Amino acid sequence: MNNPDLESSVAAGFTDAGPAKISANKVSVYYGEKKAIDEVSIDIHTRYVTAFIGPSGCGKSTFLRTLNRMNDTIPSARVDGEILLDGQDIYRSKMDVVQLRARVGMVFQKPNPFPKSIYDNIAYGPKIHGIAQSKSELDEIVEQSLRRAGLWEEVKDRLTDSGTALSGGQQQRLCIARAIAVDPEVILMDEPCSALDPIATARIEELIDELRGRYAIVIVTHSMQQAARVSQRTAFFHLGNLVEYGRTSDIFTNPRKERTKDYITGRYG
Amino acid sequence: MSPAIFVLLAIGLGLVGWLAARSRAWAFASSGEGRTRLHSLPSYHGWYVALWAFVPAIVFVAIWNVVSPQLVMQSLLADPAAAQLPDFGINRDTVLSEALAVARGSAQAVFNPLAAPLVEPAAAAMHRYGIIGIVVTLLIGFTGGVLAFLRLKPDFTARTRVERAVMLILLLASLVAILTTFGIVASLLFETIRFFGMVNPIDFLFGTHWSPDPMRDPAYANGADYGALPLFWGTIYIGAIIAMIVAIPLGLMSAIFLTQYANPTFRKWMKPILEILAGVPTVVYGYFAALTVAPFIRDVAKSLGIASASSESAIAAGLVMGVMIIPFVSSMADDSIAAVPSAMRDGSLAMGATKSETIRKVLVPAALPGIVAGVMLAVSRAIGETMIVVMAAGAAANLTANPFASMTTVTYQIVAMLTGEGSFDHPATLSAFALGMVLFVVTLGLNFIALRVVKRYREAYE
Ligand SMILES: Nc1ncnc2c1ncn2[C@@H]1O[C@H](COP(=O)(O)OP(=O)(O)O)[C@@H](O)[C@H]1O
Ligand SMILES: [Mg+2]
Repeated sequence: MNNPDLESSVAAGFTDAGPAKISANKVSVYYGEKKAIDEVSIDIHTRYVTAFIGPSGCGKSTFLRTLNRMNDTIPSARVDGEILLDGQDIYRSKMDVVQLRARVGMVFQKPNPFPKSIYDNIAYGPKIHGIAQSKSELDEIVEQSLRRAGLWEEVKDRLTDSGTALSGGQQQRLCIARAIAVDPEVILMDEPCSALDPIATARIEELIDELRGRYAIVIVTHSMQQAARVSQRTAFFHLGNLVEYGRTSDIFTNPRKERTKDYITGRYG
Repeated sequence: MSPAIFVLLAIGLGLVGWLAARSRAWAFASSGEGRTRLHSLPSYHGWYVALWAFVPAIVFVAIWNVVSPQLVMQSLLADPAAAQLPDFGINRDTVLSEALAVARGSAQAVFNPLAAPLVEPAAAAMHRYGIIGIVVTLLIGFTGGVLAFLRLKPDFTARTRVERAVMLILLLASLVAILTTFGIVASLLFETIRFFGMVNPIDFLFGTHWSPDPMRDPAYANGADYGALPLFWGTIYIGAIIAMIVAIPLGLMSAIFLTQYANPTFRKWMKPILEILAGVPTVVYGYFAALTVAPFIRDVAKSLGIASASSESAIAAGLVMGVMIIPFVSSMADDSIAAVPSAMRDGSLAMGATKSETIRKVLVPAALPGIVAGVMLAVSRAIGETMIVVMAAGAAANLTANPFASMTTVTYQIVAMLTGEGSFDHPATLSAFALGMVLFVVTLGLNFIALRVVKRYREAYE
């Protein structure tokens, strides 16, 4: 690694965390000729919420999308370096994207429920991956997922209504429930609250905290307060580089890097 | 006096008014030494006066065109020579029109001796009313122009007024299309009612035997010969069933390929080319159906031992019609699939769905209303299609599900009845209007529903 500081911060900080769920090594992402991510290395652990912060355009979404290969849908995008999920290279091993995405789920910036019923939205993933053997098992998964997403009480009497008829915050929780339904190991969230009002945002943040115990959660956010509230680990990106990565409390109270400090104190961004 | 002269006069007046008003506006602008600023550009003053000179004059010309022949006729009948005319009917009319034609110079000599003495007074009357027309046109145009001209002032709001006039003209233009439609429907309705006066609507709509005889005495018109059910069936079978079996899957698949798989350059070329297919004259498809597809299908059917296969078959017409309709289906499906937000696609892919699962389970269902609307428009196009069925489907009104049989459609019979030997008050001829009315109502209904569906669908993604 060409960044001894970063290496030591990762090594020094997380001895308590066990082996990494996802481990990225010198990952670079190009859009055509343009380099959007420059040799980023980072370890992500289960049972922690990791926040990606940084000024907009610094590559947070781009890097997040490499973790479940959603960049494959962009023809001009190219990824270098290696990303290991439980030690298996997700770009080169026999694991294909279908299996990968079943293990690494994603929630988007704008709630994007399918124009189907609430039930069918949740049942979508389990059906595709053949998770449920019977109708009653599927019902069970749907209820379980909605419960975990804190939406069950609100929608249990109208599972056949369209998912698009819910409020914005409910839609986003529906999308989280949809991601949970295939029982992933990692959940990626790209600014999941940026389209929501403060109350709905608080609801999602609570939910993230509740989910932390079962999954590795990575959340991109442009709000430092949100990062401080929900995450235990924070990674600060700037101009395609990972500038600093460490315990959230350290990053916010005691950043090592000048650039991080400037950003945290609102000097730019 | 040819109408062209009148129109040229009105245009000339308008032009003079335009030039005069514009130079007057220039004069305002230059005389005020920078103090008086014109409210409107000089050319707007020009247009204002030009409109006032031209429009009333042209309206008069239009009215005069209708009124003056009647005035000529009146004065002709008042002439002593007209006293010898036969009293009634066709004779009287031919004599009069002969006299007028000679007077106008469009015929060389009179054929009917009675017309000869009328030529002179007819020519005189025409000349007289021609002069009157020109004078009045000039007068109206001039007065309009002068009155408008006198209103010009530096702060005259010519621009606003001209804009309003432009809007009015555009409104009238759009009314023409609508009023024409109403006119068509009204005439259709009128003839249909006449037809139903002779044939019971129940017999017509639900009867199963269609063999109108235009030679039979209309007084004995037999409702049992006017059962249009075989025609409705043929229309639906060819246009809504066989054609759609071809067009829906092919159109849908081509739309899916173009929106989801084809690279953007290919799509950019392919989509317009497909849409151009919709512009191929249907008579060309008709040739293809009659000369290539129909004989081929008959041969294949015969070799398979289907003895009833005829050289004109429902399936030949339906297949070709289906091909013709593909662009309608694919274009609408393409638009509605492309309109599904890409967040839907990403959401599905992120769940681990493959591309084809995403298409089948998310994109197509989300685009379904638009696709359905496209299909309905295609059906309404197909059942109104005439040339292909005229050339390939045949004339026999068979009520059968055998696709190799000859079948006939509503449009075919409309053509056949209207071009047949029957006179215009015979039920056989009038049945064409009733058939047209049915077709009109059905296609209108389909289009109406389709547009509603599309609108609802658009709103869902706003
Ligand atoms: N599909 C794309 N094609 C080309 N460039 C892109 C694309 N998506 C993002 N970029 C570029 O990559 C850089 C990082 O973008 P992004 O990851 O969206 O930043 P962030 O999420 O931190 O705001 C930006 O400069 C952006 O313009
Ligand atoms: Mg982003």
